[in-house]
Amino acid sequence: MPDILKGLWITVQATIYGSLVSFALGLVWALALRAPSRWVTWPVSIFVEFVRNTPLLVQLFFLFFVLPGWGLAFAPLTTGVIGLGLHYSTYTSEVYRAGIDGVPPGQWEAATALSLPRRRTWTAVILPQAFRRVVPALGNYVIAMFKDTPLLAGITVADMLFQANSISATTFDYLEPITVVGILFVVISYPTSLLLRALERRLVR
Amino acid sequence: MTGALWQLFFEGLWITVQLMIYSAALAAVVAFGIGLARTSRFWIVRFLSGCYVEFFRGTSALVLMFWLFFALPLLGWQLVGIWAGTLALGLSYGAYGSEIVRGAVQAVAPAQREAAIALSFSPWQRLQKVILPQAVPEMMPPFNNLLIELLKGTALASLLSIGELTFQAKLARLSTGQSAQIYGIILVLYFAVAFVLTRIMRVLERRAKASIGRAVPKGEGWFSRKLPVEKQGPEALATGGKP
Repeated sequence: MPDILKGLWITVQATIYGSLVSFALGLVWALALRAPSRWVTWPVSIFVEFVRNTPLLVQLFFLFFVLPGWGLAFAPLTTGVIGLGLHYSTYTSEVYRAGIDGVPPGQWEAATALSLPRRRTWTAVILPQAFRRVVPALGNYVIAMFKDTPLLAGITVADMLFQANSISATTFDYLEPITVVGILFVVISYPTSLLLRALERRLVR
Repeated sequence: MTGALWQLFFEGLWITVQLMIYSAALAAVVAFGIGLARTSRFWIVRFLSGCYVEFFRGTSALVLMFWLFFALPLLGWQLVGIWAGTLALGLSYGAYGSEIVRGAVQAVAPAQREAAIALSFSPWQRLQKVILPQAVPEMMPPFNNLLIELLKGTALASLLSIGELTFQAKLARLSTGQSAQIYGIILVLYFAVAFVLTRIMRVLERRAKASIGRAVPKGEGWFSRKLPVEKQGPEALATGGKP
């Protein structure tokens, strides 16, 4: 059990760092996809489509085995965070897109009427309104990411599943550790999703 | 890359496709069963199906798969790898799918249900002749997303040493050591399958919508992420991608 809790801490860390990476990168993709030039939008949209439509596990393997070959040797957890963050950034970019699309056109027109520069229009008018809309949806991806962290066990990150496996390997008891891990996932993700729903009701009114 | 290696990949691809078809079939059964149960008149049915959904959405598909494969035998039930994979994927993606079914059924205009009651249709007739024909076309785009998620989920089965695509890639990597190429190739293979699936689902969506007299706007590019016009805005936020 202490080992599994240690694994839980790693799992939580991976989720938090992965979320931060995906929130930041997602915004980058979302803004890049609105760029006026095709030379920006095409490569980004092909990249986003590709990452979205291929399995996270294989992407993790790719990063884990390939990065050291390119001279980038990271700890497994860092590799995992990069993988999770990249994968989920393609989802969060969709969320930002919808959030930005949801800002009423009048707001854009008002910014034009005040002859605000482009950058100010984004930072002072559009994004603050978009962020309010995207928070609940981003929260859903945090939960989804939390449930995907066991994949990191595949690249030797000592998360909950990894710990459960190593306990099983020494005690030959599979039932208990894996059941505990499964229940921990439900116990954490369910209240979180309730919390998010409450947050959603407060924000989207 | 030798011919033998390619053969290894295609064997793996075949198992991946099989795994996907089986678990998609199971997920569809679960999705409709649980999704319709959640709209039931009886609170106990709604409650139990709600518990199912919260449980299977709350836990990780991979942990479930491990549990079925490693823990269940200790309770006296040994599953073959591919069935453990199918069961885990079908049950958990079915839970996501049931929310899609529930949403689509509840989105059918209430007047339609009332009209069916007025015509004294039985509950079963109501469902089969009025509700579902209108709800199913609504379900197609989110089901498409879910199917891609399921395809990607099949890669998890490699950790149970089922010889699907990811597992074969692992073998190939161990024997040749060319990680970048091998994982690059299978990423492209997964993408190709996902791409074909999306195209097929779009055709099905178009047909389903046409069958109830609603055309889908055409002219979206092959790589376009744009949803049909009616789906933009806050609603797209709710369904935009991963369940």
